[in-house]
This record gives sequence, structure tokens and C-alpha cells, in this order.
Amino acid sequence: MKRSRSSFLALVAPAFVVYTAFMLVPLIASLGLSFYEWSGYGAKNFVGARNFLRLFSDANYSTRFWNALGNNTYFFVITMLIQNVTALVLAVLLERGLKGSNLFRTIFFAPSTISVVIVGYLWLLIYNPIWGALNKVLGLIGINMKNFAWLGNEGTALTAVAVANAWQYIGIPMMLFISGINTIPEEQYEAVSVDGGGEWHKFCYVTLPNLKPILFIVSTMTFVGNFSSFEIIYAMEGTLGAPNYATDTLGTFFYRTAFGARTGSPPEMGMGAAIAAVMTLIIGVGVVAWLRFNAAGRDD
Amino acid sequence: MRRTRLRLSDLLIYLVLGIMALIVVAPIFLMLMTSLKGNLQFMKQPLALPDGIHLEGYISVFTEHNFLRYVGNSLFVTLISLSVSLVFSVLLAYALSRYRGKWVTRLYFYFLMGMIIPIRLGVLFLNDLLNRMGLLDSLWGLVCIYTAMSIPFAMFILTGYIKMVPAEIDESATIDGCGTGRIITHIILPLIRPAIATVAIYNFMPIWNDVYFPLVFIFDQSKKTFMLHVTMFFGQYSKDYNLIFSALSFAALVSLIFYAFGSKQLIKGLTAGALKG
Repeated sequence: MKRSRSSFLALVAPAFVVYTAFMLVPLIASLGLSFYEWSGYGAKNFVGARNFLRLFSDANYSTRFWNALGNNTYFFVITMLIQNVTALVLAVLLERGLKGSNLFRTIFFAPSTISVVIVGYLWLLIYNPIWGALNKVLGLIGINMKNFAWLGNEGTALTAVAVANAWQYIGIPMMLFISGINTIPEEQYEAVSVDGGGEWHKFCYVTLPNLKPILFIVSTMTFVGNFSSFEIIYAMEGTLGAPNYATDTLGTFFYRTAFGARTGSPPEMGMGAAIAAVMTLIIGVGVVAWLRFNAAGRDD
Repeated sequence: MRRTRLRLSDLLIYLVLGIMALIVVAPIFLMLMTSLKGNLQFMKQPLALPDGIHLEGYISVFTEHNFLRYVGNSLFVTLISLSVSLVFSVLLAYALSRYRGKWVTRLYFYFLMGMIIPIRLGVLFLNDLLNRMGLLDSLWGLVCIYTAMSIPFAMFILTGYIKMVPAEIDESATIDGCGTGRIITHIILPLIRPAIATVAIYNFMPIWNDVYFPLVFIFDQSKKTFMLHVTMFFGQYSKDYNLIFSALSFAALVSLIFYAFGSKQLIKGLTAGALKG
């Protein structure tokens, strides 16, 4: 059957225009804005690479920048360990065909459907040093943490936020792991059984190697998600990443710099754009890796 | 796997799953309990069951604080973005699954990229763009962003499904005199209804739950979306626990009830289509 080029274009055009105009163009054009200085209103002054120089060397910005980058990295590592490892364990346990597995799966996924800010506020209550459920429950099992402020202590704040975040999103990697386990042929497990291997062997020699692609997708998604996170920190620790910037990440640093007027300091859109450009570069690594992976999958 | 009796290892698995379920459910349960508790009891016994049903918070949320108005704003934005993105994505997915060539593959990846790129990285230029279009501080500005944001996932799932519909069906319809439009509405759409449901449920959540773009682009009190309203509400009344947890519970319940109805379709769609190109 002959298909005309013009009808192809007509079918693609609406989605192409909206997606390009409101997603791809803003992404690229925002990079260009990092070479200007302006407050969001009035004229833009071209300043070359000055915003980047200031970001990396002016102590007012560089201290915050490196701190935020470090916090983002820590947030990512903790999420990988807490959220994704637990998700993998749950997926393996749920795929053993036990009764009630579907119900458990539905429960574990439920928090990911609630808004991030709601989850943030809910955990704010749980971590409350005086009324919070966490300290009460710890007290009941004999660990005395009375009046300890998990979110107010520089040593524990970021981990506490990461735990709340992991609590919410555990269901998403779990679901991806489940879909991966579903595609593993039963014969591979039988082969291990024949050789006398136990459950642990099955996990190490069949499940884990087969899940490599999913592990890759989950890690990329976690990476991109964590390096662009904002709301959970905004809800639990404010735009300043309290206490004393212990939970300040690139997302909150960017928001403060670009839209400063709403947090007291003047907006510096150019500097904000420079921070966003660095974020885009970091996240871009993840996006490219993910795309290459998808391209490889399509050639099969 | 068929089992005749419960083994010790199964009991251990149930124990782990049960503890995990408790960790997931307890905070939500606590939130609902707190919303029904008077403030006085909350201070004294934060973990106890409510000594009576205090609905004052809920009543105040709907009467004094006008929550339904903001629910209306959010519904407006969500439903329009979802419908427009679905229509555009069905056309796009049909083209991408029925045509061949290097440009078709390139376009596929061009749209696929959007599934993982956070659209917020372009927020500064979007600010400029919406301003020039007169859509800053407008719900229509949000509609534009959310429509663009929803297309990649919709394209991904719908292309996968339409590819499974044999092209011979369209061909015989063409011979019978059907145009492309009729083929899509009369043949393709009825066949991919489950995929459309999966996409609608999946894309509903990030739009309905978003706070970022309303926070940056909406200033007028009357145009706040529901989640932005809840966010500001929390800042204002954070000491009135009964009121604040009524607001949070209501907001969470809307999502959870929606999920309870859609979860079967969503989980089926996600676990089946997650890796298909």
C-alpha cells in the first residue's frame, strides 16, 4: 500500500510542535540564557562565560554549588542502597507465586501515586522531635531518641529526607524488576536446581544476570530523578536546604538563585541558568546512556 | 508453582512482606488518624486512636478554605492536558508504527528522550516563552507544559500497542474506501482501548500531583492548582494539626482512590509493556 509523505507529516505535526516548543526548545534555549545576566525583567546583558566562572570560583556560589553537588551524590547513593535494593528484594519475594502477592504489590506501589509534597509533609510529622511517630516507636522498642530532631540535625537530615523519598518511590523500581523477572525462562532456574544449587545460587546466577538491563534502567531513572529533585526538600527542609544547607541540592540552589525574589534575595536568572546548564550536563549523561541502551534493545 | 503446605521459608517471606506493608501503610494510617483527632488529644497521645471523630478539619477545608475551587482548577488543567496529549499521541503513534524508514526511527527516539528528560530544566526559557505568549499566570500555560510532558510516555506505550495490530487490517479497510482518519477512529482506537487507559492513568498522576510549575508560574490566588493550594495552606496553618491533616488526607485520598480504581489496569500495562519498543 502506498502511504503519502504528507499524511505522515500531518499525523506527526501536532505532537511534534507541542513537544518541541514546550520541551526541547526550552531545554536548549535555557542553556543559552546562562551566558546572560538579567533579573527576569528588562534587558539581558551578554556576559560570556562569567556566570560559570563565578559558579565555580566565586566563594558565594562555589561553596553552595559543591555542597549541593555532594548532597545530590549522597542522596543518589543512599536511594540506590535503600530504595532500589529493597525494591529488588521485594520483587524477588513477590514473584515466588505466594498467595496475596498481588495485594502486597498494590500496597507497595500506592505511595508513588501521592503528591511528593504531601509525602514530605507527612514525614515532617513522623520525624517531629516531640510528637513524631518515629521517636515514639523507637522509644517503645527501647531506643531512646526522645526530642531528637532528625530533620534539624546536620548529620541525619539528608538521610532522613532520602528515607522519606525512598518510602514513596519503592514501588516503581519494584514494578520494573517484576516485569524483568517475568521474562526469565523457567528452564534457567531448573538448570541450577539440577546442578544442586539453592535459592541463593538461583538469585546470583539466573535472576541477577537477567535483570542487568532493568538494573541499568532503574539506576538511570534514580540518577536523573535525584539530580533534578526539588519538591521533597522544599516540603521538608525549605528552599534553603536546612539545617545549614545540609539538604541543599542543585534543585533548591537553582530555585533560590533563579527565583530569589520569592525567598528574599533578588532573582539572578543568568546565574540560575548556569546552574541549570550544569544540571542538564550531569543529567544528560544519564539520558544519553539510557537512549543508547534503548537503541541497543531495538536492534535485536 | 503449586504448593501443598506452607513451608518455613514461605512464612519468613510473609514476615518480610508484612513488615514492609506495615512500614508503607502505617504513615498513611497515621495521617488519617491525625485528621480525625482533636488538637488537644494529638498533643497528648499522638499515636493513639482518635477518642472521637473530629470532622472539624474536613468541614473547614471545604467551607472556609474553599478546597473544591482549587480541585476544579486542577481538574481543568489535568483533563485538558490529558485529552489533548492523548489525541496528539494516538496520531503520532499511528504514524510511527505504520511508516518505515530512518526518519521514523529518528523521530521515535526524539520523542522517547522526553520520557527521561526532566522538563523543569527548561523552566527559565519556559518562563520567557509563556510571558511572551501572555500565558504566564494562566492555567493554559500549565496545559501547554503538561501536554508536552505527557506525549513521550503516551507515544511509547501506544506505538508498542498499535504495532501489534496487523497492518493488513488497515489495508483491507483502505480498499473498502476508509481514509486514515476513519481507520484510526473506527479500527485502531477500539483495539487499543486498554493501552489508552494505561496511558491516561499513568499520565494523570504527575500532572495532578505537580507543584513545581504552579509554584513558579502561578501568582493569582484564584488560579492556584489544588496541590499548590495545599502547599501554601500547609505553610500557613502548620500548627493546626487537625486542620492540616484533614487537608493532607483529603489530597492523598483523592490520589489513592483514583489509584484503587486504576491500579489493575496500570500495573498490567506497566509490567507488560515496560520494555517493548
